[in-house]
Amino acid sequence: MDIFKIVDEIQKIDGDAMGRLEHATRRHFMSKIGSKLAAVAVPTVFASIVNKAYAQSAGAIDILNFALTLEYLEDDFYKQANGTANLIPAADKVIFTQIGKHETQHVAFLKGALGTKAVAKPTFDFTGKGAFASVFTDYNTFLTVSHALEDTGVRAYKGQAGGLMADPALLEYALQVHSVEARHASIVRKLLGAATGNASIKSWITGNAGAPAAVYAGEDNKTQGGVDLTGLAGKSDAAITEAFDEPLTKEQVLAIAGLFL
Amino acid sequence: MINNNISQKDSDTKKGDESVLNRRLFLRSAGIATAVGTLAIGACKDDDDDMTPSTGTTVDLGRDDVGILNYAYALEQLEAAFYEQVVKTPYTGITAAETAILTDIRDHEIIHRDFFKAALTAAAPTQIIPSLEVDFSSIDFTNRAKVLGAAKLFEDTGVAAYNGAGKFIKNATYLTLAGKIVSVEARHAAAISDLITPKTADFASDTQIDTNGLDKATPSATILAAVQPYLKTKISGANLPK
Repeated sequence: MDIFKIVDEIQKIDGDAMGRLEHATRRHFMSKIGSKLAAVAVPTVFASIVNKAYAQSAGAIDILNFALTLEYLEDDFYKQANGTANLIPAADKVIFTQIGKHETQHVAFLKGALGTKAVAKPTFDFTGKGAFASVFTDYNTFLTVSHALEDTGVRAYKGQAGGLMADPALLEYALQVHSVEARHASIVRKLLGAATGNASIKSWITGNAGAPAAVYAGEDNKTQGGVDLTGLAGKSDAAITEAFDEPLTKEQVLAIAGLFL
Repeated sequence: MINNNISQKDSDTKKGDESVLNRRLFLRSAGIATAVGTLAIGACKDDDDDMTPSTGTTVDLGRDDVGILNYAYALEQLEAAFYEQVVKTPYTGITAAETAILTDIRDHEIIHRDFFKAALTAAAPTQIIPSLEVDFSSIDFTNRAKVLGAAKLFEDTGVAAYNGAGKFIKNATYLTLAGKIVSVEARHAAAISDLITPKTADFASDTQIDTNGLDKATPSATILAAVQPYLKTKISGANLPK
């Protein structure tokens, strides 16, 4: 990570940013990063800097709060599931413990970045107003909701990337969360396919197959960069749609999340 | 700021909807990015003045967005060639389920490779890198652990490469495209890990994901050094934005 460049970028976007870095001068910031803290701690330190100077731009705050809402949703979902006896088979517990840990970390990271501007956690209804009434009593229903939330997360972060182009550090963090959500989606989809005996549910999304339908709307797109890829390299439509994940707009994501609010 | 100029021109022509970009527009905005990119060298703070001109034996990926597209194209060439070999000469004891997964991944990587080839040929015909010569002599394709280990390396490397390059992309259409591909690479990485060590946390392990729950984002120089042993063709990313 090129800290100098990031600080320069902050200055370009927000000329007063350095003035609002309350802790210290740029040199002090650098020496703290360079000498006193292990590399793994840098994002945490940076999150507090972001809070103080960077995420003051309204667009970035909106996007971070949007992400935080989704992470609250996922974090609560896995906390409840992991705390429910006889839901997750023993052999799969390690997987959902790991996923839940990441969601808790994402919430903490985003709250750290937003500080007092962080939105409050909503109250969730994971039964989806009755559509998934057995979400915490039936493993297959739980897996269905889990894969839908993970795939929604992937599509949601992807949809916000363009909005963070002016904020390169935030864009990079968003991408780093985005690929973790995709790893989660991959493993949960595999478990769902195995548990339901449905071999067509693979780690990747084929066409727009999947439930709830709103989560997978548009995943059957075959046009990339303005070019219709149908027939590319002699590959099937299924393979072409699997090879590209598609973004969702904030409005589409909020409509999906609304099922659980 | 150069970035603003590009996005300004893009939005003028794009009417705000990238998804309906037609082929000609895709080419035109790529052309703008390339032309302006040359002017940007003096204006940006990127310390990429250490230019290493292409020689007969080294392929220079180039600079700016076209350089990043070439970088992605190079990695996808490597992955596609690897899985073509894996499917052609399956390792000892491969199962039907493993063949299905590896064949799917092969097809995705071929699609990625051929997509970048078509996009670069159209957008920057004089700057697209050639087909690379791979060197898999260090991989025993009969050995399951070696093959899956190499697959995991390539997938995790691909994820870290796209994550690290994203913030340097100037054209929003290209950034979204990179996003559409990197999550598929992450799906592959998790699926391969689960073949190596099923039912563990390795699909998103603590060595890959940090304590903030973030995946790796790795600079191009580190990535290129890691993959060079698998390429006979010498690649230089000296002019990539960094």
